[in-house]
Amino acid sequence: MSAYLAKRLGIAAVTLVLASLVVFSVLEIVPGDPARLMLGMNASDAQVEQLRDQMGLNAPLIVRYLDWIGGLLTLDFGRSYTYSVPVIDLVAERIAVSLPLALVALTLSTAIAIPVGLYSASRRGEAGDAVAMGAAQLGVAIPNFWFALMLVYLFAVWLRWVPAGGFPGWSAGMWPALKSLLLPAVALALPQAAILARVTRSALIEVLNEDYIRTARAKGMPYRAVLWRHALRNALIPVVTIMGLQFAFLLAGTIIIENVFYLPGLGRLVFQAITQRDLVVVESVVMLLVATVIAVNLIVDLTYAIVDPRLRSRS
Amino acid sequence: MSLLEIENLTLSIGEAPILKGVELSVTPGEVMGLVGESGSGKSMTALTVMRLLPHLSRMAGRVTFDGIDILAASEDQMCALRGDDIGMVFQEPMTALNPVKTIGEQVAEGIRWHTRASRAEAEERARAILDRVGLPESKFPLSRYPHELSGGQRQRVVIAIACALKPKLLIADEPTTALDVVLQAQVLDLLRDLVAENHMGLLLISHDLAVVTEMADRITILRHGEVMEAGDTARVLSEQVHPYTRQLAQASVHVPARARADPPRKDEGPSAVPLLRVENLSRHYPGRRLSLFRRGEPTNAVDGVSFSMMPGQSVALVGRSGCGKSTLARMVLALDRPSSGEIRFRGDALTGKSEADLKPARRDMQVVFQDPYGSFDPRQKVERLVAEPLHVLETAPTRAERREMVAHALHEVGLAASDMDKYPHEFSGGQRQRLSIARAIITRPKLVVADEPVSALDVSIRAQILDLFAELNGKLGVAYLFITHDLTVARAITDEVMVMHEGRIVERGKTGEVLDHPQSDAAQELVAAAPDLHRAIARRLQEQG
Repeated sequence: MSAYLAKRLGIAAVTLVLASLVVFSVLEIVPGDPARLMLGMNASDAQVEQLRDQMGLNAPLIVRYLDWIGGLLTLDFGRSYTYSVPVIDLVAERIAVSLPLALVALTLSTAIAIPVGLYSASRRGEAGDAVAMGAAQLGVAIPNFWFALMLVYLFAVWLRWVPAGGFPGWSAGMWPALKSLLLPAVALALPQAAILARVTRSALIEVLNEDYIRTARAKGMPYRAVLWRHALRNALIPVVTIMGLQFAFLLAGTIIIENVFYLPGLGRLVFQAITQRDLVVVESVVMLLVATVIAVNLIVDLTYAIVDPRLRSRS
Repeated sequence: MSLLEIENLTLSIGEAPILKGVELSVTPGEVMGLVGESGSGKSMTALTVMRLLPHLSRMAGRVTFDGIDILAASEDQMCALRGDDIGMVFQEPMTALNPVKTIGEQVAEGIRWHTRASRAEAEERARAILDRVGLPESKFPLSRYPHELSGGQRQRVVIAIACALKPKLLIADEPTTALDVVLQAQVLDLLRDLVAENHMGLLLISHDLAVVTEMADRITILRHGEVMEAGDTARVLSEQVHPYTRQLAQASVHVPARARADPPRKDEGPSAVPLLRVENLSRHYPGRRLSLFRRGEPTNAVDGVSFSMMPGQSVALVGRSGCGKSTLARMVLALDRPSSGEIRFRGDALTGKSEADLKPARRDMQVVFQDPYGSFDPRQKVERLVAEPLHVLETAPTRAERREMVAHALHEVGLAASDMDKYPHEFSGGQRQRLSIARAIITRPKLVVADEPVSALDVSIRAQILDLFAELNGKLGVAYLFITHDLTVARAITDEVMVMHEGRIVERGKTGEVLDHPQSDAAQELVAAAPDLHRAIARRLQEQG
């Protein structure tokens, strides 16, 4: 187990360093001078040059890279060119929306997908399976913003249970804040749940054909007990893999939903930063996301080892 | 009174009829052998008794277990019977256990389920039964996982699960088919003892007539879902009244007529160049990583092996599973690099050559694998599959030439030239093994390495394939290296036998001599454990006077 862990940690660290190099060099080669952008078109070359010196943009490449990394490690992400506030403040504000949103959406999608997958797999080929998988097919096919619009119409406009959009901030209290995240979380969760349910079903069906399922049934355990105790855990590996990928997407790939609900999330921040060439913000958020994805993958790898003892003894 | 009584059982799955009027009974303390070839309905009979049949199965007739009408029983009633009064052992120990649960959990689970015992109590009983099946606590604590055990040990765990609650009836479906002969003998002994201790009825299902004869008091012979003959084992097999019984018995001891019983190169003297010479060959695998900085002891899969083979000679390489037979074969075929030592094929060293330089050697040696189902790409036609080795020829044949060569090879193995436009799934297991052989001989090789080529086949098919091997040996002068754990096969087809044990060749000699008078411990163990039909019948008759 310790060897497995060390190997995974090592891989994660190397990936992180490589990713930082890629992010840094991509932003290095994209055209556009941040100093010129900040000062506007009317600034003189001398003024621009002076600001470049101030911002450290004229230092050698390696120095700037190390400065940047050093900053990241001490949570000093630099100042945004456009907002003129520390990037860390901007990001922290947005994470306070995006992280809870992603977690609620993932929880919802898992809570829907696993029971549906179990149900479908145990009634394979029957009417219930066909209905569940037909619904899943729709869930995958229909874009989530359409779901979002329908949900807004139903629950906000018609029933008036929740606000149609906007985010009051956590300072407004736990419940109002959560309430405003509820619809976006559902809209995000449904298509994810549809995918996850299909994966769960097919993983279970494969496992249910294994010999050890027959052994378990020959012990006298009812089908349902065998499904929960023997099949589910063996089917978890592909399910956990997909969940890891989905979490990474939910954290930053939700810009459409954020726009539909006027949520100040990470996705919108990145989008604005890119259009305004606010490279410091882009760099920081991208690195943050990379680090999150790597951390999630590490958690997924550890989950594999918990689920499957064979991975523990093999390094 | 019978414990299990099957009367006029008919079963169909979908449209396919599986069983037709099967009659069978087992009394307490009795071993009933159920014999038949693949597809005869043996396993389905067992699964009917367990009511674990696939969907769309329709049953008719009567199955009574201990006074309970099985076919009419509810699923709850069946759950109460399964694992408690009826235990079942399956064929494939490598996959019969859940890989993510410890053996303790898996044995205790059934005990807890049926007796509502506490966890501690169930674990105590699990411990006791694991001790009983030969897995003592010192080496096999309850916390072991299946992947930490060998095939034989896993089968003991499966037997422990089946016998944990001392069932009245134990059903064992090919319990030893996946094990080597020595393990087979041990597991059969264990089953026999458990039956006697607990006065269980045992329904033993096997394709191996010798195994059933050794074990069963009575025997039922099944073919295409119908009972051919049933009765006292000794009588049925000594008299062999029914033609199918006779056919099975003859096929299982079949020895092909060989063109040359004695290899001719004896007269060529010791100066003749051997076809294959292996010198001091070793293959080590690094030990398992124990932690970041520590590795376990390396394994010596093959350890200083030397031997040579003459052209046209047929040599058996026998040994228990895990003794290094297949590793040795892979190195001979230049599919794996030796750690040390040398292999010379027709005088040329194979070791250390590039793939391009190996081409002439590849042309002259081919291989036949065990599994006729897994060794063909299901999406390619026979023509391409059989012609595959032709790329090692110096000049690529034209399309017409290629078809001609494939047709010829198919003809030689007893298939029709028109078969080349079919796909593998259109052939039976025996026919597919003929295809493997056609593929192996199409380049006119001097050496064919055959890794358990008949162990996946039914006895009657096996007899035909052995005949084919013998015929090709005589006709084409091809030499065989036959890897097998089955001594009957070695006896049937080879001139010489090499016995391998823990990576070393411990004995070599004329096949008949080694098998009749084994010298080394390893060879003696193999010979003693190998089931032998004649011997088993004689013993049965003797027991009954």
